[in-house]
Amino acid sequence: MKIENSSAALETVKFDDWIARAFLWATMIWGLVGMLVGLLIATQLIDWRLNFDLPWLTFGRLRPLHTNAVIFAFAANSFFAACYYSTQRLLKTRMYSDLMSRIHFWGWQLIIVAAAISFPIGWTQGREYAELIWPIDMAVTIIWVIFTVNFLLTLWIRREKHIYVAIWFYIASILAIAMLHVVNNIQLPVSWTLSYSVYAGAQDALVQWWYGHNAVGFLLTTPFLGMMYYFLPKAADRPIFSYRLSIIHFWALVFIYIWAGPHHLYYSALPEWLQSLGMVFSIMLWAPSWGGMLNGLYTLRGAWHKVREEPILKFFVAAVTAYGMSTFEGPLLSIKAVNKISHFTDWTIAHVHVGALGWVGFMTFGMIYYLIPKLWKRPIYSRSLANAHFWIGLIGILLYAVPLWIAGVTQALMWLAMDDQGALVYPDFMETVKSIMPMYYLRAIGGSLFIIGVLIMLYNFLRSIAGVKCSELVDTEIKAAHFSTVKPEDQISELFDKEGKPKASFWKQVHRLIEGWPLVFSAIALMALMVGGLVQIVPMILVQASAPKDIIVRPYTGLELLGRDIYIREGCYNCHSQQVRPILEEAKRYGPASKAYEYMYDHPFQWGSKRTGPDLHRVGGKYPDLWHYRHLEDPRSVSANSLMPPYPWLLTANLDISNLETRLKVLKKLGVPYRDQDIEFAKEDLEKQALEFSGRLNKDGGVKNSEKKEIVALIVYLQRLGKDAQSDSVLKLGESQ
Amino acid sequence: MSALYITIIAALILLIIFLGLLAWAIVSGQWDDLETPAHRILLEELNENRK
Repeated sequence: MKIENSSAALETVKFDDWIARAFLWATMIWGLVGMLVGLLIATQLIDWRLNFDLPWLTFGRLRPLHTNAVIFAFAANSFFAACYYSTQRLLKTRMYSDLMSRIHFWGWQLIIVAAAISFPIGWTQGREYAELIWPIDMAVTIIWVIFTVNFLLTLWIRREKHIYVAIWFYIASILAIAMLHVVNNIQLPVSWTLSYSVYAGAQDALVQWWYGHNAVGFLLTTPFLGMMYYFLPKAADRPIFSYRLSIIHFWALVFIYIWAGPHHLYYSALPEWLQSLGMVFSIMLWAPSWGGMLNGLYTLRGAWHKVREEPILKFFVAAVTAYGMSTFEGPLLSIKAVNKISHFTDWTIAHVHVGALGWVGFMTFGMIYYLIPKLWKRPIYSRSLANAHFWIGLIGILLYAVPLWIAGVTQALMWLAMDDQGALVYPDFMETVKSIMPMYYLRAIGGSLFIIGVLIMLYNFLRSIAGVKCSELVDTEIKAAHFSTVKPEDQISELFDKEGKPKASFWKQVHRLIEGWPLVFSAIALMALMVGGLVQIVPMILVQASAPKDIIVRPYTGLELLGRDIYIREGCYNCHSQQVRPILEEAKRYGPASKAYEYMYDHPFQWGSKRTGPDLHRVGGKYPDLWHYRHLEDPRSVSANSLMPPYPWLLTANLDISNLETRLKVLKKLGVPYRDQDIEFAKEDLEKQALEFSGRLNKDGGVKNSEKKEIVALIVYLQRLGKDAQSDSVLKLGESQ
Repeated sequence: MSALYITIIAALILLIIFLGLLAWAIVSGQWDDLETPAHRILLEELNENRK
């Protein structure tokens, strides 16, 4: 159909298909890497020897590698692939800037490599899914800004007036993640690889889980809902069941999600009203989430026979169903009474993986199988293999989740079991661990099956694209008319002639490419200003308010602080919590409930979210120094069924005190009341405390010359935990905060 | 709990941005037609130039 009006003339538009292919490669490769790390750490829980006695391979250092890889390498690259592919087609325009697209791609992959190197070394911030050290955080911010600007400018030059619902999901994801990343990662550097979070203790916990749950929402949910709204109808050749519903549930989701964060902090030192608020919003979240699930499933009305034939649709149906399950389980777990049982157990892990493997994983695989023919112009090599991938992966998910549901509830009930006299039935934590070992075996098998499915997919993919020549991979071309608000000179088609050769001179292309950069630089400058401003303002707000009346808590000494930083470096929070809940059974097992003021100088907080090992917040003074020494040297020498890896290097490595004053100065800036003499005589005080300790250790256990070793710092820190609630360092006890 | 100043203000900023986008979308007629967009995406391939 020819349109005579010149402002609506049909033009040739070429989509950038290279960028979609690139992100798909990255998704598959990093997916495999992230999942293999996951399998390794799962087997480490079964057999501690798989830590190989190496600091770089301990569970504590590798778990963050797994979580970050699957979230920021696998899921994020999958999101980017979906976004770049579908946005161009939905808006009928090429991305605004190919250069920005490529910087986004390569920059992001470099960030992932940096993460993969930094985590085993022990460079970490010690905050879940936000472990990246500050230089890498900066890189993430810059790349994200470039992505955002490119995306928004592409929206600006679009030829399709209507913004399809999938694009709305992408917009929400991009804007929310920018905000979350910046706010959560405000920190003051001590060195290139160490920094202290501006927030402390309970405040830090709040910000961290405000971020953490929104990261789930806006990186693992909304982008994949956008993906679903594009790829599911396309694969089924069916329109979305209710477009109206998609708009409504999108907005409901976006407005409700942000307030759900406190559901990670029930029975903690977080104020009660805030916990209740989080619970209410988390339960409300059920409705818009199921709106998405129902919309997706109902779209297949009249097309269920296709699901029988087509692996892609099998993946999508299972994914949407898994989404429904997770978004039912989530609100369920957000009920305080349920959370009392589930928190710190493997039930949380099961919940995560139904969403991660079922929703995120299967949506991604379905998208990959759909895109291989579209982007590489070859059919899938083997439909049977794709079907096999589906069934093997599905069994993998079931073998992952079901054992962990059982393990979670079993362990929780054992922790809570009390007899008629009010004594714990299972006072020995290790008994509860022993009882769930069979489930850990099954989980590892489930995870392995899931990975086997991924390997089948990779084989299928490589066979499908074998023999494809680069010259065949030309960009998809369409004819489209723009609507009147888009000026002709903004359109890419101006730069190409009929044969696809660039029409314009080199300089015009350069001009075209750099047009967006002032916006990028303005955005980066704005980010920098925001961050700088926040770093100034936030401590002021937090410090004044966090010092409660009548309570004085002694800050960590230099030696204790270095010990704490070692605790963070080794990732102890991945297995040990520091948060005794105001629950009777917990008081019996660990001691008095943890109070907010006890954490007031904890930069960052280390409450943890899983008890693979026991809670440590009241461990101070419970065991003699020698016990800790032996326990860290070889856990099984003092604790028979322990899963914990040995930490022999702590006994031999010398404590690095070179930047001790800097650490104390930074903390002082953040409001920790170190006096000038604390900082001036920091090294002397440290040596004195270390010598006292090593003297005791020698007397009790014959351990000689330990005073310069890292283990001294760590044990001294552990022996400090929980002491602030007793008369030791509290000079005057008042009301709790 | 003064970290709430940070988280709530940040959430409110996001909320205002999203509200703004919502208002713009309604006013500019984005959702005047809720029938065709679902079908339009299935017809994309008709526009493609075959080589």
